[in-house]
Amino acid sequence: MLKELSELVGVSGGERKIREFIRNKIEQDVDEIIEDPYGNLIVRKGDAKKPKILLTAHMDEVGFMIVGIEKKGLLKFSTIGVLPQVILAKRVIIGDKSVNGVIGTKPIHQMKEDEKTKLPEVKNLFIDIGVSSKDEAEKLIQVGDLGTFDTKYREDGDTIFGKAFDDRIGCHILIHLLKHTDLPMHCAFTVQEEAGLRGAGIVAFRVRPDIAFAVDTTASGEWPSDKDIPQYPQIGKGPVITVADRSIICDKQLVSLLQATAREQNIPYQLKKPMIGGTDAGPIHISRKGVRTAALQTPARYIHSPLSIASKKDIELGIKLLACSIEKARKEESLWN
Amino acid sequence: MELAKKLCNAYGPSGREDKIRKMIESEIGNSCQRMEVDRLGNLIAYVPAKSKDGVKEEKNTRIMVCAHMDEIGLIVTHIDKKGFLRFTNIGGLLPERIVNQRIIFENGTIGFIGVETKPETPKPPRIDNLFIDISAQDRKEAEDKVGIGDIASFHQQAVIINNRMTSKALDDRIGCYCLIETMKLLKENKNDLYFVFTVQEEVGLRGARTGAYGIAPDYAIAVDVTVTGDTPECRKMDVGLGKGPAIKVKDALFLASPIVKNKLVAYAKETDTAYQLEILERGTTDAAVVQIIKEGVLSGVLSIPTRYIHSTNEMCDLGDVEGIIKLLLSVCEKGLS
Repeated sequence: MLKELSELVGVSGGERKIREFIRNKIEQDVDEIIEDPYGNLIVRKGDAKKPKILLTAHMDEVGFMIVGIEKKGLLKFSTIGVLPQVILAKRVIIGDKSVNGVIGTKPIHQMKEDEKTKLPEVKNLFIDIGVSSKDEAEKLIQVGDLGTFDTKYREDGDTIFGKAFDDRIGCHILIHLLKHTDLPMHCAFTVQEEAGLRGAGIVAFRVRPDIAFAVDTTASGEWPSDKDIPQYPQIGKGPVITVADRSIICDKQLVSLLQATAREQNIPYQLKKPMIGGTDAGPIHISRKGVRTAALQTPARYIHSPLSIASKKDIELGIKLLACSIEKARKEESLWN
Repeated sequence: MELAKKLCNAYGPSGREDKIRKMIESEIGNSCQRMEVDRLGNLIAYVPAKSKDGVKEEKNTRIMVCAHMDEIGLIVTHIDKKGFLRFTNIGGLLPERIVNQRIIFENGTIGFIGVETKPETPKPPRIDNLFIDISAQDRKEAEDKVGIGDIASFHQQAVIINNRMTSKALDDRIGCYCLIETMKLLKENKNDLYFVFTVQEEVGLRGARTGAYGIAPDYAIAVDVTVTGDTPECRKMDVGLGKGPAIKVKDALFLASPIVKNKLVAYAKETDTAYQLEILERGTTDAAVVQIIKEGVLSGVLSIPTRYIHSTNEMCDLGDVEGIIKLLLSVCEKGLS
């Protein structure tokens, strides 16, 4: 399932294929299923009223939007969550017709001296789909089409390689919990997280949860450093608990609950480097009168790029930690009553 | 003014408001009908309308008066081999203002902020050139006292000199003080009053949003500090210390309701209180989010003119504070319509 989730294309605003795939997978396992007007997929399993626990994972991934077609059929694009550093000369796949292309870059022979050391701006880049005229291009592509990297998934022992792990790993975890546990809960597969945490607030407003967990993917920090500063989190060392990031200071009691559960169950865990990035937990916790919210993430190297690397063990441990934490939270009335 | 000092000296950076909230709870217990702590940690005190003859109208107008409990702070991101802590900011911190300052963690651990001194260290330093020294011998000893994700506030006792008060957290404990004093002095009120001591203002006006959603007030007044333009060679600003409360016209994210603003001016004239009109180019306060909650809330702001905001020596004039309390009393007794 990770392979399929990783290879499907679903850039922010164009999550249809992901939504359909997930819907098919879980339809038999849930009691209620809603697609809201914004495209979020919200499901309920069991009598999930007291306490009402919501888990979210976002369906969308980073990528591009086509914003113009040039005379010779080259495509101008804007980016969603990616920088020139990671997109040059990469294979891409665009639109409903899954057109293949490449982010064009000049060969070394044709670069001027300063171009060899300078990073181009996105506005000077283009996608080449192998046509020679605007007419040909227009038959395949429309302005507004979304695209992303064309990356095949592969596994090597515990290590997995692929695109869109942010946040298809989260989707995988939620699907797994719905299929293989009887925990009463709401799960939401949200849209447009990468475009500014847009879907999750709408979900929280509808569901009105007592407790929420955003299940996402986070950048691992295995970079060499010249200072004596420990780098973390790392892949293969367990799921990552957020204390605070740019979008939320996580509920202190929920963070403690996640940590206590991990210790009781002998699940290794790591803390996220504070105040970096943001997740769906942000809009959820300030929804209506406020929601106790925490975030649990799977570490992955090179997120927001064509190829990420993650560990299956981290995912399995994340599933276990979430399942045990939900059970524990259900018993702790002070959290929700 | 002992209470004001006590409030200012208390620990309570964003997301860690338990201690300051308990302090306020014990002060206002007798001045309200009931208190509630919501899921984000806002303290909401309810004072129902009461008149001399005891007659209460059926549907009272609701007025929310708020001040934020949280202060800016630091969050630990790394602990190195020698036991030094690296950190980043909670709220708006200027690195050059905090070098050599004393800080304190929730568990009482005290530390000092040091700065790297290599010739290539940028001047002014960036936050990642700073570290905290908690007098630990090594990483293990440091980890016995603090962990990644622990949050510290500045540690600096308030002083009053020449009717001017200086503290690390006038922003916004002096606002909390104004609310508490108003509650204690209040004899009768035409409207239902909600005194809200909000959380997480400094990280994005988060508590005020959920607090206001739960109350759904008709009117709201936020009480917070604002900058002055009366120190040598400073940025231009037509607000000064000792010239009375500042009635906000606009800031970076907020336009005061003319109805509320004019009423505040009228109360100032009625009670012979000197006042200033405030236009703040950078920065904002809780009223900005309260104003657009649900169907919208008629909102205004009373600001305490304050020098050196977001430093460890914020300074205000106690005459201005008295003026704020006077205006708040008028608002609470007579309403805003």
